[in-house]
Parts: sequence; structure tokens; C-alpha cells
Amino acid sequence: MWEAIQANTRRSRLLIGLMAALLAGFGALVGLAFIGPDGALPGAAGALVLWLVLLVVALAGGDGLILHTAGARRIEKDDAPQLWNVVEEMSLAAGLARMPSVYIVDQDAPNAFATGRKAETAALAVTSGLLRRLNRDELQGVVAHEIAHIRNHDVRFMTLALVMVGSIALLSDMVLRMTWHGGGRRRSGGKGKGQAAAMVLTLVAALVAPLAARVLYFACSRRREYLADASAARFTRYPPGLASALEKISGNLFARPATSELRAMAPMYIVNPLSAASRGGLLSSHPPLDERVRILRAMGGRAGWVDYERAYRQVRGGGEACLDAGTLQSEGSLAAREPSAEAVEPAAGQEAAVERARGVADLLDRLAGLLLIACACGVAIKVPADFAAASIPCPRCGRSHAVPEARSQAHDRQPDPASREKAASPEEGDAAPLTYRRRGQGWESFRCLCGRAVQVSPALSASRMRCPACRRPIDVVQG
Amino acid sequence: MLGLVILLVLIAAVGLAVIGLYNSLVSLRNRVKEAWAQIDVQLKRRHDLIPNLVETVKGYAAHEKETLDRVIQARSRAVAATGVEAQAQAEQALSGALGRLMLVVEQYPDLKANQNFLGLQEELTATENRIGFSRQHFNETVMQYNTRIQSFPANILAGTFGFTEETYFELTDTAAREAPQVKF
Repeated sequence: MWEAIQANTRRSRLLIGLMAALLAGFGALVGLAFIGPDGALPGAAGALVLWLVLLVVALAGGDGLILHTAGARRIEKDDAPQLWNVVEEMSLAAGLARMPSVYIVDQDAPNAFATGRKAETAALAVTSGLLRRLNRDELQGVVAHEIAHIRNHDVRFMTLALVMVGSIALLSDMVLRMTWHGGGRRRSGGKGKGQAAAMVLTLVAALVAPLAARVLYFACSRRREYLADASAARFTRYPPGLASALEKISGNLFARPATSELRAMAPMYIVNPLSAASRGGLLSSHPPLDERVRILRAMGGRAGWVDYERAYRQVRGGGEACLDAGTLQSEGSLAAREPSAEAVEPAAGQEAAVERARGVADLLDRLAGLLLIACACGVAIKVPADFAAASIPCPRCGRSHAVPEARSQAHDRQPDPASREKAASPEEGDAAPLTYRRRGQGWESFRCLCGRAVQVSPALSASRMRCPACRRPIDVVQG
Repeated sequence: MLGLVILLVLIAAVGLAVIGLYNSLVSLRNRVKEAWAQIDVQLKRRHDLIPNLVETVKGYAAHEKETLDRVIQARSRAVAATGVEAQAQAEQALSGALGRLMLVVEQYPDLKANQNFLGLQEELTATENRIGFSRQHFNETVMQYNTRIQSFPANILAGTFGFTEETYFELTDTAAREAPQVKF
């Protein structure tokens, strides 16, 4: 695995180097054309400075920006235990020092992405549609693919490369504008023959360079997808899991309007969220889906690097290699495991699917901050987090229900909304414990001081718990 | 004069190569240690779960004393074991004892309905999955390290600087050797 990561890093450096050379050469040409014979060096330097500035801007935004753009919400173990366990297991299989934080995106199209330039601050997000549709084996495959991206430092290098593509595009844009607006004046100035030639070359470069950079970038991006697929097969020891997940995902893709944030984030997802067909052209960030599936299916009960390479050559035909020689030599063929019971018995699978859909619906309600109150007439009342009144009538039978809330222990009373806002994010440990009085034995939910809806499970045996949002201690007593 | 320069350059080149090789061996060995630490965390987690489990089962099935005692003994042996091989053996014995306990539990429907027991059982299964995956990673890392120190030219250095082969964390029991169970 270390060989694969090292080879990946080497290739990334080569890509960044190539792109930097392209950018610097382009800058030098621009310098020659607009400044004169001495302009090559300042031109090249200027282009690289432009890249540095854009890079600083891109890095300053941080990983939080990406998650925020995607509308991702962070979850804890109790919110989605199966997803959490799968992420934890795959982090162990990949040997990550720390498990990435887990996020949910409320979106019906099944998809997933990983972010974080360092493995220590990495995050993994899956859409609710993905959770609803995949069984455990499939979810494991998708999570393993994303963990592999984190393990291979893909996000960091793709950020560097993407910024490079952006700087080249920006520079060529500037050149085209300058020649458009200032070209006439320059020509009348009567410059030398050499500069005229440089001018023509610059114009050609301005048209070709952005395209060349994009082709390089996407070639690298596609290669990383194959590597992540191969790693996922190895981590899970079960290639059919990811294959069947990709099939389900491709069957549920629907063309969606290409909003700018979706376009910017397309290379990060496990499958391209923009194009359902995902034809593998020179300018696509992902290899064609059906090809990825066929490779995984062709592995035939094996799960090692060499097995992926064999399947890759078999499906693609031709002698092109996918993985490097060092990786292939590091390890022999590995046996795959048997599918789990859920995948074998259709009846059990169906039951689990219903259970899963219900779980995801509850999870989304919880994340949206809805309080669930069960009325005696059978209606489940969903109370929004910003509901101000202390009680709510049932919409069917009219019974009045008190909105359950954890209260501060010092004086067992309703806190006013102002103090609730002030208490939104206390430092861990320094907050005074709250008290919640249970009304029965079943599932109950109440509102914490910070506004988060907290669920109490019937299995809760401890008397003290913590609010999953603000970590404030809460004593649960039988009321 | 030229000969001396060439000799010096050669010595420097060999010296740099040796340093590079040595450092790569050290980092590989550290990876093995890290991977072991991951297994260790999971094994400790399992050891911590067992006393609670035994107490809960006792409340419903006190006369299964023999099975319970066997679990407790296997646990204390596993806690005391040191070294990869000894620990692997002790853990395997513990898995066997736990498996028997779970069979016995099948006869007690009241116990199987106990929320506390169900929670512990689920946590135990999840921990066993995690042990499986960290074992998979550990063995991969050990294999890379062992292959590396056996192959030329690292094998010359490995002997001199005391890089010795590491043991795999292997379970000889066929049922336990299978790839990790995927129940949750």
C-alpha cells in the first residue's frame, strides 16, 4: 500500500511540475510579447506569483467551506451507527491514524465524497439517498473508496492541480482581453519582428494552454479513481460490494441543473454528479462507470492489487498498465471474502431496506432539529427547533403537549430564549449539567439548551448523557 | 587527485544510500508498531466489555457457572499475555469461550430480550469486526516489512542494525481466520 501511495505522490509531483512548466512557459511568452526581449523572466515569475496568490486564497477557505457548500451536517455514532461502524472499520483497514469525521448531505441522488488536505482533518460525507439505497456490503465499498482518497492524499494534490488549471485559464483570459483591447495600438508602435512572432505564439498558447492543462488534470483525476477502486477492493476484500454500489448509483443518477457549486465539486464525488452517462472523454473527471463496474466484477473472487491490474487489462484490452510495478510486486493475490447474509437472502435484504429507509428518515428529522412527540391518538408531532411556545396542541385530537426540554439544575425552570442563544456553544466541561425528566420507557426526544433535539433511547441505562451538539452534560431521571 | 575525488564521491554516494535505506527500514518498522497499537486498542476494548457481559448473563443464567468461569479465565489470560504470538493464542481461546457463551445464551429468551445485553452483544460484535480489520492491516504491514528486510540490499543492513522479522497476528482456528464478519 505504501508503494501505491508513494507512486501516486510521485505522479502528482510530476503533474504539478508539468503544469508549473506550462504556466511558467506561458508566462514567459506573454512577457516576450508584451514587454519585449527582456520580458521572459518577469513574465514567468509573474505567472507563478499569480498561482501562489490563487493557492493562498484556495487554502484559506479551508475544508469547512466545501462541506458547507455541499450542505453537509456532521453526525455522531448514535445518529447512524451502521455508517459510523463502517467508516471506523475502513479507517482501521486503511491504517488511518484517526477516523475521519462523518457528514450527511440531505440529497436524494446517491453519492459520496471525501475532503481534507491532511489525513488528520479529513471528513467523509455521504448523501441520504446513498444511505437509503445501499446495503452494508455496498456502503462498505463506497466508504472504502473515499477512505482510499484520504489515504492517498488525493484531495491535497487535486487542490494544487485545480488551482494550477485556474491560473492558466485566468492568464489566458487576460492575454485574450489585452490583445483584443490593446492590439491595434501596439501594432502601430512598430515593434521588432521577433516580438510580432512572440505575439502570435502567445495568442496560440492562450487558446491551447488551458485545454492542455485541463486534459492533464482530468487524466490524473481518472487515474486516481482507478487507484481508489483498487484500494477499496483491497480494504474490503469484497470487490462485488463496490461494483453493485456503483450500479445502484448509476441507476439512480438523473441529470441535474449544473449549478456552479456542483460543477466545482464534481471531481470530488465518487461518481460525477453532473453526467448520468459519464462517457469517458479526455475532459471527464471520472472513468466511465460501466467500465469501473466491469473491472471490479472481473476480479473474480480475488481482491489484491495484482488481481485489479489483471481485471483492468482484461476489460480495457491493450497493454496499458493501471498500477505501477512497485505496487504490483509488493504483494501477491488476495482472496476475497464471502458476501454477508443480507446480500444472499433477498427476503432479509428487503426487511433491512425498509428498516434502513425508516432510519434515514428519522436521522434527517433529527438533524433538522425536529422534536418528535408521540400523541396518544397515534400522531407523531414534529416540532421545529425554533418553536417558541411551551406547549403544542395535537393537530388531530387537540390534546395539548408540553414541549419537552432539558432544564438547568440550579433552578428547575424554563430558560428564556436569550439565555438559550448565549449558551449555544459552551466550552466542554464548564457547562452546568441539565436535567431531563423522562415520562416513560420508550423513545423520547427533548430540546437541549443549545436548541438541538436530543433523543433518549429505551436502552439508555446511564443516568448522565451528553448533548451531541454542545457536549453539555444532561442528567436523565425518571420523572 | 582525480582518483581521490572520484573515491570521495563514491563513498559519499554509498553513505547516502545507506542512510536512506536505514531510514526507510525504521519508518517501516514504526508502521508495524503503529498497526499493532491499533489492534491493541481494540483488544483492550473487548477485554473491558467482558466483565459487564458476564455480570448481565449471571443475572439470568447463574447456573451456567462453568461457561462463565471459562470466559473469565480466558479473559484474564488474554489480558496477561504479552507478545504477538502469545496474545494471538490467548485471544483465540477467548473468542472460543465467548462463542460457547453465546450458544448457551440462546436458551434464555429473557436474557436475549434484555436491552443491556443486546447493547453489549452489539458492541462486542462491532469490536470483533474492528479487530478483524486492524488485524488485516497489521498483517499487510508486517508482510511488507518482512519482505523488505529479506530482500537485497536491505538484508545486509537489516542484520547489522538489528531489524528482525515480525510475527503475523494469526488465528489458527479456521472459523476465526475467515475475513471479518460484517454484522453490526
